[in-house]
Amino acid sequence: MRKNKRLLGDIIFYIFTIGLGLAMIYPILWMFASSLKPASEIFNHAISLWPSEFIWENYSEGWAGFGGIGFSTFFKNSFFVTSIVVIGTLLTGSVVAYGFARIDFKYSKILFACLMGTIMLPVQVTLIPQYIIFNKIGWVNTFYPLLLPGLMGGQPFFIFLLIQFIRGIPRELDEAAIMDGANKFDIYWRVILPLLKPALVTVALFCFMWTWDDFLAPLIYLNNASLHTVTIALRNFMDSSGATSWGPLLAMSSLSLLPQLLIFAFFQKYLVEGIATTGLK
Amino acid sequence: MMMKGMAKKKMSDTSRLKLESHRKGSDHLAGYLSISPWLIGFILLIVGPMIASFYLSFTDYNLLSSPNWVGLDNYRALFSDGRFLKSLEITFKFVFISVPAKLIFALAVAMLFNTGRKGSSLFSAIYYIPSIIGGSVAIAVVWKQLFGRQGAITQILSMLNIAEGNLIGNPDTALLVLIILVIWQFGSPMIIFLAGLRQIPKELYEAASVDGATKVKQFFHITLPMLTPVIFFNLVMQTINGFMTFTQSYLITGGGPLDETLFYAVYLYETAFEYLRMGYASAMAWVLLMIIAVITLIFFMTSKYWVFYQDGGRY
Repeated sequence: MRKNKRLLGDIIFYIFTIGLGLAMIYPILWMFASSLKPASEIFNHAISLWPSEFIWENYSEGWAGFGGIGFSTFFKNSFFVTSIVVIGTLLTGSVVAYGFARIDFKYSKILFACLMGTIMLPVQVTLIPQYIIFNKIGWVNTFYPLLLPGLMGGQPFFIFLLIQFIRGIPRELDEAAIMDGANKFDIYWRVILPLLKPALVTVALFCFMWTWDDFLAPLIYLNNASLHTVTIALRNFMDSSGATSWGPLLAMSSLSLLPQLLIFAFFQKYLVEGIATTGLK
Repeated sequence: MMMKGMAKKKMSDTSRLKLESHRKGSDHLAGYLSISPWLIGFILLIVGPMIASFYLSFTDYNLLSSPNWVGLDNYRALFSDGRFLKSLEITFKFVFISVPAKLIFALAVAMLFNTGRKGSSLFSAIYYIPSIIGGSVAIAVVWKQLFGRQGAITQILSMLNIAEGNLIGNPDTALLVLIILVIWQFGSPMIIFLAGLRQIPKELYEAASVDGATKVKQFFHITLPMLTPVIFFNLVMQTINGFMTFTQSYLITGGGPLDETLFYAVYLYETAFEYLRMGYASAMAWVLLMIIAVITLIFFMTSKYWVFYQDGGRY
């Protein structure tokens, strides 16, 4: 009797989780399937997840881009911006976090409170003056406004995450290094940084995802089509294309998600642990 | 904070001196040097712009001519601006429906996975995928098509006789389409809830069932109270993010139809970067900051009445 009840519970559980799981990934499967469909089928057989014939040309047609600029340029721009921001965040973010976590300096508590405050600050409050300043110094239509935050410690949330991690590293290690004649920089470079690796991986992954996805900053700062990132290019592609080019549009949409999906596939554990322990997005 | 009273007998005088100065700890130069990247950014990209934005909110600045002081005119105009009030209403509606719905759903599924059946970790990983890509332009493209006039979901819903016609073009359902997109991303709070559930000591449930408490009672008297710190954290973060939502409304519905999805951030963007009314938009930004500050404050002030800390400490 008890065994039967358990079995029934199992069956309901698997039907529900598999059903919900399929519903959850349907939009993603639909996107990949439709990126290979002939134009007419995207509307007429909208629900289906299997193209009647595979139109690989959707990809080559989409890759050729529009307005004379191909998606290779847009992907190059996105990779350039994203990699600089990720590397910058790892280097400067870890130094800043080390300073807050390990060095006692004047006003450090007040400044730490300022750092925490900026986590909740809406971007809109600083967006307009930032734009005005960057416009004045001629940085609109350059990558600098997108790169700069990454070279200044990165997102405050990442700095906070690194601070918390460094606080968990035993101070005895620092003290042992000092007795060996290490200075503050040696401690950062030889003691803290190697131990910080797991946290740095988490930061790098989330930083990559967020920067890759970023839409508002490129929308505001990049008007010149040859500087557009993939997100902006897709938006323009969507606006400019009629019903006929849904195939190529969905093909490029699928490609744009590939870096994130690959990262998910390979680093799933880091991501899941990252959110579970820190409450990241 | 400092590790004191460690037994270190054989130590040279110089390194003892070094260690003592380290324990006393202050080293202003090294401290400021190491936080300098953030500090410079904080002054140039946050504090400076905030002061500028506050000043601009009292002007009629339009990027082309120099700003003129208009006093409180912008703030006064906001509260008689029909579109602004509409955007306020829509944003509140969006946040207060989507955030609780997402969190309740996340908690329900997390509890299901917490039963420890085989495959739970695989499923929770799959459920997490939408959280990763949900904010992207690609998903906006997909959503626009799926819920559009001939979209797959529109067709499925019409076959099931649930809804008819273009869901994005219909003022009554457009907001719902965006709310569904938010709920679709329930995976990340779900994982946070799962981690929280696993930390609840099993003995509590055992003791409760010995006392004859039903599953429902156990949920309301053990699970829910023990999870309140995690719920609190999620509620604060998701609410703040909800108020700043921009990309998906801007791309999928364009704020329409009939301004039914005109989110605060979308109206602010239009005002600033399409109409170049920088002064007016700055006032909007400060009102947004005030709204978020007040809501966060309310969360923190009420937290002592409903957030239960096991160790009696603060979150």
